[in-house]
Amino acid sequence: MKNEIMHEEGIVLTDAQKKSQRARNIAIGLVLGGLVVLFYVATVIKFGPAILERAM
Amino acid sequence: MATLENEAIAAHGVRISNATPSDYFALLKPRVMSLVVFTALVGLVVSPGDINPFIGFVAILCITVGAGASGALNMWYDADIDKIMSRTSRRPIPAGRITRNEALGFGITLSFMSVMVMGILVNWFSAAFLAFTILYYAIFYTMWLKRSTPQNIVIGGAAGAFPPMIGWAAVTGNISIESIALFAIIFLWTPPHFWALALYKKGDYGAAGIPMMPNIKGERVTKNLILGYAILTAIAGVVPWAIGFASIGYGVVAGLLGAVFIKYSYDVWMMPSNSETNVPAKKMFGFSILYLFLVFSALLVEAIIARVVAL
Repeated sequence: MKNEIMHEEGIVLTDAQKKSQRARNIAIGLVLGGLVVLFYVATVIKFGPAILERAM
Repeated sequence: MATLENEAIAAHGVRISNATPSDYFALLKPRVMSLVVFTALVGLVVSPGDINPFIGFVAILCITVGAGASGALNMWYDADIDKIMSRTSRRPIPAGRITRNEALGFGITLSFMSVMVMGILVNWFSAAFLAFTILYYAIFYTMWLKRSTPQNIVIGGAAGAFPPMIGWAAVTGNISIESIALFAIIFLWTPPHFWALALYKKGDYGAAGIPMMPNIKGERVTKNLILGYAILTAIAGVVPWAIGFASIGYGVVAGLLGAVFIKYSYDVWMMPSNSETNVPAKKMFGFSILYLFLVFSALLVEAIIARVVAL
C-alpha cells in the first residue's frame, strides 16, 4: 500500500537523490526557458518586428 | 520516526529516481544524434531556397530531438537485449539508473514536442516526415525488423538516411531527386558500416538473439555483401555530381573516398574466417564513419562557397 508510507513528514530523500532531483529540476527549468525564448524569437521572425509595435 | 527508510519505500513499490540529466541525455544516443544533426544540416544548406537562419536552427533542433526520441524509444523496447550485449550493457536502463517506463514517457514526450514544434514553426510537410521517421525507427525497425530478419539494418537503415531529406524539406517543403540522392548515400552506406561491426561483435549479437547477417548467413556471405554494398555506396557518392547537383570537384573527392571505402571492404573480404582480431573489419568500421562525414562535408563546403559567391 503506497499510502501507508506517505506520512506527514513525507519521504526522506538521500543526499544522492536530492542532488539528482535538483539537477533534473534545473535541467527542466533550462529546457522550458529555452522553449520560451525559442517561441518568442520565432514569433517575431514569423510575424515581423511590427508585432511589437501594436497599439496598447 | 515518522518516515521510512528508502529500502522500505522500495519494498512498497515506490521508486525514488537517482537519474541525472546526463542519464536522460544518454537515452538520446548522442553519437547517433551527432550524425543526424550533421546530415540534416547538409540537407538544409544544400537545398535550393532560403530559410531564416533561426527557423533553420529550429528545424535542425527538431530533427535532432526527434532522432533522440527515437533512440529513447529504442532503448525502452530493447532493454532486455541491451543488458546482454557488452556494447550496450552500460546504457541507463540496463544499468538501473532509469526505468523502462521513464524512458518510454521521455521518448513519447520528445517525439510529440519535436513534431509539433517543427510543424508550427517550420512546415507541416517536414513535421509529417519527421513523425514518419520516428515511427519507422521506433516501431518498424526496433519492434519488428531488428529481431526478425538479417536484412534488419538494410531496411531499417532508411530511418538514419531520412534526416538530410527532412532538412531539405524544411526549406523546400517537398522531396526531390537531389534529396533522394543524399538519402541513397546513407541508405547504401549503412549495411557495410553495421555488418563490419557485426563481424567482430558476432558473439554479442548471437547471445542476444538478434539475427545479424554474420550470425544467420555466415561470414562469407556477409563479406560478399559488405563488398557489394561498398561499391554501391561509392557509386551513390558520386551521383550528386552526375545529376548536376554538385561540382566536378565534389565528384573527384567523393570518387576517391569511395575508392578507399571499397579498398577497406576488400580487405574485409580477404580477412580469414573466424579471425581472432578482426582488424580489417574494425578498420573498415572506423573509416566508414569518416567516409560519410567527409562526403557530406564536401557537399556542405561547396554549398557554403556557392552561397558566399552569390552574395
